Amino acid sequence: MIAETGHYALILALGVAIVQMVLPVIGTRLRDPQLTAIAVPAAQLEFVLIAIAFFALMTAYVTSDFSVLNVWQNSAAAKPMLYKISGVWGNHEGSMILWVLILALFGAAVATFGTNLPRQLQANVLAVQGSIAVAFLLFIVITSNPFIRIDPAPFDGQGMNPVLQDPALAFHPPFLYAGYVGFSMAFSFAVAALIDGRIDAAWARWVRPWTLAAWMCLTLGISMGSWWAYYELGWGGFWFWDPVENASFMPWLAGTALLHSALVMEKRDALKVWTILLAIITFSLSLMGTFLVRSGVLTSVHAFAVDPARGVFILAIMGVFIGGSLALFAWRAPLLSQGGLFAPISREGSLVLNNLLLTVACAAVFVGTLYPLGLEALTGDKISVGPPFFNLTFGPLIVALLIVAPFGPLLAWKRGDLLAAAQRLMAAAIVALLVMVLVLAFTQKGPWLAPLGVGLGVWLILGAVTDIASRVKLFEAAAGEAWRRARNLPRAAYGGALAHAGLGLVVIGIVATTAWRAERIEALAPGQTIDIAGYQLLFGGVEPRQGPNYRARVGMFKVTRNGSPVTELAPSKREFTVEKNTTTESAIHVSWRGDLYVVLGDQLKNGAYSVRVYFNPLVRLIWLGGLVMFFGGGVSLSDRRLRVGAPKRARAKTVVKAEAVPAEK
Amino acid sequence: MTRKQRRGVLIGTCLVVLGVAVGLVLYAMRDSIVFFYSPSDVADMHVAPGQRFRLGGLVETGSVERDAGTTVRFVVTDRAKTLPVTYTGVLPDLFREGQGVVAEGTLGPDGVFHADSVLAKHDEKYMPPEVAAKLKSEGVWRGGADAGGTAQSATN
Repeated sequence: MIAETGHYALILALGVAIVQMVLPVIGTRLRDPQLTAIAVPAAQLEFVLIAIAFFALMTAYVTSDFSVLNVWQNSAAAKPMLYKISGVWGNHEGSMILWVLILALFGAAVATFGTNLPRQLQANVLAVQGSIAVAFLLFIVITSNPFIRIDPAPFDGQGMNPVLQDPALAFHPPFLYAGYVGFSMAFSFAVAALIDGRIDAAWARWVRPWTLAAWMCLTLGISMGSWWAYYELGWGGFWFWDPVENASFMPWLAGTALLHSALVMEKRDALKVWTILLAIITFSLSLMGTFLVRSGVLTSVHAFAVDPARGVFILAIMGVFIGGSLALFAWRAPLLSQGGLFAPISREGSLVLNNLLLTVACAAVFVGTLYPLGLEALTGDKISVGPPFFNLTFGPLIVALLIVAPFGPLLAWKRGDLLAAAQRLMAAAIVALLVMVLVLAFTQKGPWLAPLGVGLGVWLILGAVTDIASRVKLFEAAAGEAWRRARNLPRAAYGGALAHAGLGLVVIGIVATTAWRAERIEALAPGQTIDIAGYQLLFGGVEPRQGPNYRARVGMFKVTRNGSPVTELAPSKREFTVEKNTTTESAIHVSWRGDLYVVLGDQLKNGAYSVRVYFNPLVRLIWLGGLVMFFGGGVSLSDRRLRVGAPKRARAKTVVKAEAVPAEK
Repeated sequence: MTRKQRRGVLIGTCLVVLGVAVGLVLYAMRDSIVFFYSPSDVADMHVAPGQRFRLGGLVETGSVERDAGTTVRFVVTDRAKTLPVTYTGVLPDLFREGQGVVAEGTLGPDGVFHADSVLAKHDEKYMPPEVAAKLKSEGVWRGGADAGGTAQSATN
């Protein structure tokens, strides 16, 4: 009964979405306020209906109702509760429901809290949101219905892929989707502006908080995914340039560019056409990410389902939305008026350079991700484009961006003084150079580029500090005056500086762990030791253990450093009984120097085990930096300025976030 | 600076960045892409020793041998030709005899493929589509109807 209710609610939601897509547009054309006003209740009702469908599916999972095909395929009675819940979106059908749920949540938020928006803009935005909902609801109802029953109902389910049974991965998809789908707001606003043929600085002020919220979610989602891959896949790597990772990284790059260009539009009324185009590109890349992951065209862990019908359907959705919006852009963009002028050396100029480098770097990732698919489709040759390609193309472009990043915030709008900015950054540059020299002196091995990379990270962090210090006139004015200035500085300034500093942490973490990681793989019998990075690991043998839905073989390691005990590590291999599958659970000892990372391998002939040990220096900075960036986004989001322009909007954001958290659990 | 000059600077910067990016992409394309071959391809195309490529196929049943250390030898087959592989390290969890595998490395002068990474995809039901497609095109496909579907395994 519950499954049927969910299915019924889903079909009703499709009907409501069609209404939401069509009537408001007709209303705005005919200047009929009643038709226009339908958008608001329609968006709210659509959200309620999709939420009913989502919770119906969740109920089926929680109660282990194996008469539902989707539950039987992806769950089992013995699975822990957290993974029964996360199992809802741990499969193709359920994850699409989550996708439309978040889409409807954003739509309902605009409908409910966007009361200060011009009626016509709000109606058009909701209509565009409605059209996206129609496309994806049709997709679900036709090709990916999660509410199909099987008869007779099996006794137990087939279980869930064990590598997905993990706390970080339980919350990775909701954040990733909130990011992808959040960019649909920028897209809807862009298309609505094109339909209206009118755009102004207020538009950018409405778009920026949504984009910022989406960007924050995506930042967190990508960090979580990387963190999960690090400890769960057992290779000690944090980023693999896997197409699925790239699929989420490209919208992030474009979204980051969009955040910066919207800033120019809001402050200076310039770059309008470009910002609109970037909004379209960002959401198009989100759609492409959904396509790449959902259609199964890629070889990857995320390709749960491989069904050509689905791939073609999503490809059609992509074609309609990307093609349609770009056509609309080509037709209507010339109507948008030119904005303010600026000199090449200015805040605007630096943000243009930021956008240029980010989009070109994004394009390089795009080429590397899609070239193998294109080549295979055209010639049948199968190739893989791995990390070397991305390091060689993405690397230099992003390094250029990181070098110029600290200059941007120190340049004035309209016409900047590069020399003055350089003088202010002198201290940061000297310290960064000093760090480089020190790192070079104290490390014997590793590539010569590595000290430069660490220096670059330090440069970014100190650049952010310099930015704040020069704004509050830290060393120029009296302490009291500086304090007063610091209190009055807009939160967006702190948010931006935090995000840049977070990026600096990420850079240091990536460079340090890539350049100076130590790795040892050995056959180890009980009683033998292995040495790495100053640690001695004594292997005490392997003992069996029983988990809730798996059996484990646990390796015992006593870790000492210079003779004094440090910790005990217990990496394991888990055999999942229902899924008939094994996973490797790494054991990690965290210290301020880095992570000691141990993986238990296979049993060898003579009672020994193959054991893999890594030392990953400063690797935590990668995720810490990601968190700082997320936090910086949050600080920026709470800025008063974003509330002044749209008082209810900014409050809406916090309410939405508060609501969203329990909904995702 | 006139409006025209400003525009010139803007367009010039764009062209420089784009030019650098295109140059980098073309350069990287030449050196860092890796082709995917089946054992039959390797035999037919006379792949030169030392050239990096990815080898895909099934792990031949009964072929996995371990020495006292962490070196593993196994044979990859596409049911037409076979190729011996050696790999030092920890094999992925899903590495099994009779299952699909993708190994990346180079061919030694002795005709043995020296792998430095071995991938077995992280889903038991899952076979790398490259492998499935190769097996299909060679008429030895025994799995489900669609690429990447279930390949019947000998060990389960």
